[in-house]
Amino acid sequence: MKNIILGMMLLFVTFSTQAQEKKKKNAKYDIEVNGNCEMCKKRIEQAAFSVKGVKSAEWHLDDSVLHLIINEEKCSPMDVKKALAKVGHDTDEVKAMDEDYEKLHGCCMYERK
Amino acid sequence: MKNTLWFLLVLFSVNVFAQEKLEEVQVKAAQKGLKKSLKGTANTTLVTSKELLKAACCNLAESFETNPSIDVNFSDALTGTKQIKMLGLTSPYIMITEENVPSVRGASQAFGLSFTPGTWVDNIQITKGAGSVVNGYESISGQINTELLKPMNDIPFFLNAYGSTDSRFELNTHFNKKLSDKWATSLFVHGNARVSKNDMNNDGFLDNPLGKQINVANRWQYTNAETGWVSFFNFRFMKDEKQTGELDFDKDKHKLTTTFWGSEINSERFDFTSKVGYVWKDMPFQSIGFQNAFTNHNQQSYFGLNQYDIKQQSYYSNLIFNSIISNTMHKFSTGLNFMYDKYSEYINTFDVSRIDNSVGAFFEYTFDNNDKLSYVLGGRMDYHNRLGAFFTPRFHLKYNAFENSVFRISAGRGKRAANIFAENQNLFASSRTISILGTKGEVYGLSPEIAWNYGVSFTQKFKLFTKNADVTVDFYRTDFQNQVVVDVMQSPQELLFYDLDGKSYANSLQIDFNVELIKHFNLRTAYKYFDISTNYLSGSYQRPLQAKHRFFANIEYETHIKDKGQQWKFDFTTNWLGKQQLPNTSTNPESDRLPNFSPSFAVMNAQITRTFSSTFEMYVGGENIGNYRQSKAVLGSDNPFGPNFDTSIVYAPVFGQMYYAGIRFKIK
Repeated sequence: MKNIILGMMLLFVTFSTQAQEKKKKNAKYDIEVNGNCEMCKKRIEQAAFSVKGVKSAEWHLDDSVLHLIINEEKCSPMDVKKALAKVGHDTDEVKAMDEDYEKLHGCCMYERK
Repeated sequence: MKNTLWFLLVLFSVNVFAQEKLEEVQVKAAQKGLKKSLKGTANTTLVTSKELLKAACCNLAESFETNPSIDVNFSDALTGTKQIKMLGLTSPYIMITEENVPSVRGASQAFGLSFTPGTWVDNIQITKGAGSVVNGYESISGQINTELLKPMNDIPFFLNAYGSTDSRFELNTHFNKKLSDKWATSLFVHGNARVSKNDMNNDGFLDNPLGKQINVANRWQYTNAETGWVSFFNFRFMKDEKQTGELDFDKDKHKLTTTFWGSEINSERFDFTSKVGYVWKDMPFQSIGFQNAFTNHNQQSYFGLNQYDIKQQSYYSNLIFNSIISNTMHKFSTGLNFMYDKYSEYINTFDVSRIDNSVGAFFEYTFDNNDKLSYVLGGRMDYHNRLGAFFTPRFHLKYNAFENSVFRISAGRGKRAANIFAENQNLFASSRTISILGTKGEVYGLSPEIAWNYGVSFTQKFKLFTKNADVTVDFYRTDFQNQVVVDVMQSPQELLFYDLDGKSYANSLQIDFNVELIKHFNLRTAYKYFDISTNYLSGSYQRPLQAKHRFFANIEYETHIKDKGQQWKFDFTTNWLGKQQLPNTSTNPESDRLPNFSPSFAVMNAQITRTFSSTFEMYVGGENIGNYRQSKAVLGSDNPFGPNFDTSIVYAPVFGQMYYAGIRFKIK
C-alpha cells in the first residue's frame, strides 16, 4: 500500500514538473531594443540570427521592438539579449559594455538610459 | 457526361492556397507606378494600379505601353490585338500567369491577353529572364503574373465607360459586397464592341476588326486571420467575336467563298480557379497552398478559305509548401504540379488533336542574409507524355555591392511544346501554303523547344543635382538548344515549320535612365538593343519584324491633390523603332514587294486625366498622335485569293491617329 502511494506521488510530481516546463518550439517574444536606423536593423537582426534556435527576427524602427520567434528547446530570450549586447545594443535586462557601444557607427549611437 | 465529371472533380477537390506572394499582396500600397526593388532577388518590376491608369488600358495586352521592359507590337488588321515581346522574344516564350495559375497558353496564346479587362487588374509582376520554378518549366524569356482585384480590399461599386474614334466602346462595372468579416465577393462585368468599319488607308480592307466581347467574373474570398485559413474561388466566362477582311465582306453571304475575303474569329471560354491556403498560427513563415484551375476554351475561326478550330480543356493543380530551415534567412518552397490539356485542333482538314499531360515536383531554396546577398536555387523534375522526363534548373542572385545599388544575375532552362498553329494564327490570313518539315517528333512531328537564358542586371539609384534618379543596365542572352523555326524567309508563298538546325539566339541589352525632374514630374527613358538571329534554311537572318534599336521615353506629370481630391495628370509616351527585317517578298511582282527592311519611325501616345473627386474622374487621350501609318499593310489586296496575299507583315501602326475618352466612377 505504502509503495503504491509513494509511486503515485512520484508520478504526480513528475507530471506536474513536466507541465510547468513545457518548452515551445515556436515561442513569440517581443524585446525592446534601442536603435536608430536601417543599419541598426541589420545588425540587430543578424545578432539575433547568430543565436541557434532563433527562427524569425524582425526589428521595426518605429517602435524599436524586436519581434522574435524562437525554439525554446534551443535558446532563450536571454541568449538573444546577450548577443545584442555584444554588438552594442542595450535591452532591458542586458546592457552593452561601453567599448561595444563605442564601436557603433555614428548614426547608430542611440541614447543610452 | 465527361464534362459533368470534370465539374464534380473540381468542385470537391480540396482547396488550399497560400504562397509567399499572398503576404506581399496585402501590404503593397500604390505610391509609385513602376516599382523596381533593390531587395528582391529576381529582376522583377511591379506595375501598380497607378501605372495602369496612365493609359486607357482596355485589356491586359495594352497594359504595358508605359513599361520599357515589354515591347508592345502593333496590332495587325486581322486580330486587332497587340502582341507583346520580352527580350525580343514573342509571348509564347513568356510564362503568363494570372494569380500564379498559367493563363495565356495553348489555344489562348494569341489573344489571351485581350481576354482580361484592364480594370480587373490590381498589379502586374514582370520578371525578366529565367524566373521561378514554382509555377512550371515553360518560361524562357520571362514571367508575367497578373493579380486581380481581391474582394476583401475592393470598393462597393466601380464603373468605367470608354469610347474612341475608331468606333470602339467599352463598359466595365464592378460590384463588391463584404458578406461578413470573413467572406467577400465581387462581380465584374465587361463588354466591348467595335461597331463601324474603318479603312483609313483605302486598301479595301478593314483597318481593325469589327467585334464584340462579353466578359464576366465572379470572385469569392474567405479570410480568417485567427485560424490562418484563406481561400479564393473564381468563376469566369468570356465570349468574343471578331470579324475582319474586305469592306464588302458579309459573313452571312460570303463566308468560305471567293467573292470577298473575310475572316471571323469567335472564342468562348470558361474558367474556374480555386485556391486554399493555410498559414501556421505560431509560424508565420510556414504555409501550405493548393491551387486548382479548370479551363474550357473554344475558338472557331476562318481566314479566307483557311479554317482553324481549336478547343482546349485544361486542368492545372499545384500544391506548394513554404517553410524555413533553422531561421528565416533560409527559406524554401517545395511541391507538386499536375497539368492536363486536351486539344481538339483542326487546320483545314488536318486533324492535330491530342492530349498532353505532365506531373512534376519542384524545390526552391532562398538564402537571404538580410544584408547584401541573397540567392535562389531552384530545380524541378517533370514527366510529360510528349516532352519526356527532364530536369529544369534555375538560379538567381542579388548583391547590393554599394549603397543604393543592386547587381543581379540569373540563369535557367526552359522547355516547351510549341503550339505552332495557335501561336502563328496571323499567318493563316495569307496565301501561304503551310508545311511542316518533320514527322518524327512528338509535337506536330517536330521536337520540343529548349532554351537556356542567362542575364545580368545592374541598377544604381543616385541623386542628380538633388533630384532622385536611377540608371539600370540589363543584358540577357537566350540560347535555343532547339527551336521550332517559323520560316517566312524562304518564300512569300510558303510558311514552313521545322526544327532548328544551327544557331538561334537572342541577345538583348537595355539601358534605363529615370529621373524626377521636379516634384511630381518624372522622366523615364530606355534604350534597347536586340540581336536576334536564327539559322533558317535560306541562311541566317535577324528575326523578322523586330527592330535592332528601340528608344522609349515617358514623361508624367501630376498636380497636387486638393482637399476634395481634385487632380490633373498628364502622360506622354514615345517609342522610336529602328529598321526591322521584313519577311522575304523579293520574288513577288513589284506591286506586292516590300523592301528587305522597314523604315525607322516614331509613335507617340498621350493621355490627360482629370480627377474631380475621389469618386469621379475623366480622361482623354490619343494613340499614334503623329499619325504614322504603314504604307502597305495588306500585300496583294487587289487579289486576296491570288498567290501574293499576305496580311501578316505589319511593322508599324495600320490605323493612324486615334483619340479616346472615358470616365471612371466609384462608390466607396
